Amino acid sequence: MTTKIERLSALLGEHFGERAKSIVIDRGEVTLEVAADDYRSAAIELRDRAEFAFEQLVDVSGLDYSAWANREWTRERYAASTHLLSIANNWRLRLRAFAPDDGFPVLDSLCDVWPSANWFEREVFDLFGIMFSGHPDLRRILTDYGFVGHPFRKDFPVSGYVEMRYDPEQRRVVYQPVTIEPRENTPRVVREANYGDVGHG
Amino acid sequence: MAEIRNYTINFGPQHPAAHGVLRLVLELSGEVVERADPHIGLLHRGTEKLAETRTWVQSVPYMDRLDYVSMMCNEHAYCLAIERLIGVEVPERGQYIRVMFDEITRILNHLLAIGTHALDIGAMTMVLYTFREREDLMDAYEAVSGARMHAAYYRPGGVYRDLPDQMPQYEASKWKNAETVRQLNENRQGSLLDFLEDFTNRFPKYCDDYETLLTDNRIWKQRTVGIGVVTPEQAKAWGFTGAMLRGSGVAWDLRKKQPYEVYDRLDFDIPVGKEGDCYDRYLVRMEEMRQSNHIIKQCIAWLRKNPGPVITGNHKVAPPSREAMKSNMEELIHHFKLFSEGMHVPEGEVYAAIEHPKGEFGVYAVSDGANKPYRLKLRSPGFAHLAAMDAMAKGHLLADVVAIIGTMDIVFGDVDR
Repeated sequence: MTTKIERLSALLGEHFGERAKSIVIDRGEVTLEVAADDYRSAAIELRDRAEFAFEQLVDVSGLDYSAWANREWTRERYAASTHLLSIANNWRLRLRAFAPDDGFPVLDSLCDVWPSANWFEREVFDLFGIMFSGHPDLRRILTDYGFVGHPFRKDFPVSGYVEMRYDPEQRRVVYQPVTIEPRENTPRVVREANYGDVGHG
Repeated sequence: MAEIRNYTINFGPQHPAAHGVLRLVLELSGEVVERADPHIGLLHRGTEKLAETRTWVQSVPYMDRLDYVSMMCNEHAYCLAIERLIGVEVPERGQYIRVMFDEITRILNHLLAIGTHALDIGAMTMVLYTFREREDLMDAYEAVSGARMHAAYYRPGGVYRDLPDQMPQYEASKWKNAETVRQLNENRQGSLLDFLEDFTNRFPKYCDDYETLLTDNRIWKQRTVGIGVVTPEQAKAWGFTGAMLRGSGVAWDLRKKQPYEVYDRLDFDIPVGKEGDCYDRYLVRMEEMRQSNHIIKQCIAWLRKNPGPVITGNHKVAPPSREAMKSNMEELIHHFKLFSEGMHVPEGEVYAAIEHPKGEFGVYAVSDGANKPYRLKLRSPGFAHLAAMDAMAKGHLLADVVAIIGTMDIVFGDVDR
């Protein structure tokens, strides 16, 4: 396996050259980061070139880095991580692109490259508010009809802003501001690397 | 000539054949489906967001509630992701137990899938038979974890505890007299492994029974042959995995191609379909159950001969034993830190995928070095399958939509997360 992913990363470096912002091998997985402008063209090449042959898009995941390690995050906030799988070559790749504008994050849609991207991108749009230009049907998918906001952004509270209840007087379901207080049972703690020697002891 | 009008109908969200809360907006021309637009998210609980607010190990029980008919497989992918992030090894016995329960889960899942699929398209008997066998396997779940469904048995670093030496038995009551109880307890005299071995010996016969009921059944074939045909190219493009992909003739199984745990040491075959229709996918699932049965047998044989630890001895990841905790300061500190602050997972990201009964279930875990996940993305197979609903149902009759939902093996805990 090790030699195989090294071969893949060498191939990627050779083919993408300057366009690859970084190629990282970590824990047996290869991550290729490209600029938002190259995201779609890179995807097409990864699918069509026989040496890569990524026939399947397995997953698209949105990421909001704004609270990374409880520190200030200095670069673009939103990214999409796309997991690709090649059945012919039996390898995987993570393709990542950061969306340039934090206020209005946009990436190119991969719907016409892999049809399976359709729902995955709708999900990322719904939960993170990343737009996908060229997507044929960018509707919300998981949240309620008429939902406001993008719940998986780090600044969206876990308990949300509104709650729903049945109002016996109006005899219908109504929305009202949430009445529960958000609470944290275990605080989020980031320790220095090798704290307590995890994985070495 | 009668006037034909186009209809738009709501299939669900409360429909017995929708396998949960699926609202399917169907545009019909006569009885032919022109467009199918699934509205999902009615069971969205935000598991991924919830996981960000809990320590790594606290999210294990949430995984059970994703795909609530194959509980342990979800836990497995989650634990694998944590183990890869930390770089901790699972003891061999723990790996065998995991593989054995993965395969039990696969049988559980396929029994439900085939039983309800048959029920949806008119074969009532199947579901009664398959639920009878599920009962035995659920008892195995209960014996090992205390819960029949939401087990929380797999933990990062191994499994919670070793297999019990004594299988729990029925007791006589108002409803069960001594004779009934004696019969029920007949195969529960020994350990859990004895009980499972007895099951694996009986199971091939049950599979034959199911095949007698369905495989050559004229009505079953009329409802499934040639319905929902998927070519291998389409299956790949739509991101199909598992039986949906193999039914179309692509020999792809993560257990063989990217083996995890001890699958590379076990002997089993991958069934592959030919036509890519609902009937082939049924045959694939049927054969997978027989293969799973074969794997369970091999695991039982190995587990009998090889005692040992089932969870890692690294106490930064797994808790120490109660006994050690009460007598040893070091272990007490480990225990306290583990259950208050939780384990710290080094910075990094990993995508751990397993061959879940429904397809490829992946966990994309991103850690920034904290005691909680930074981001957890659950890649559920059903989500990708249901996304192809429109393309698969187009041009079929309304009644075939039910057959297509059945063959996709949709479970909403898994699709909506």
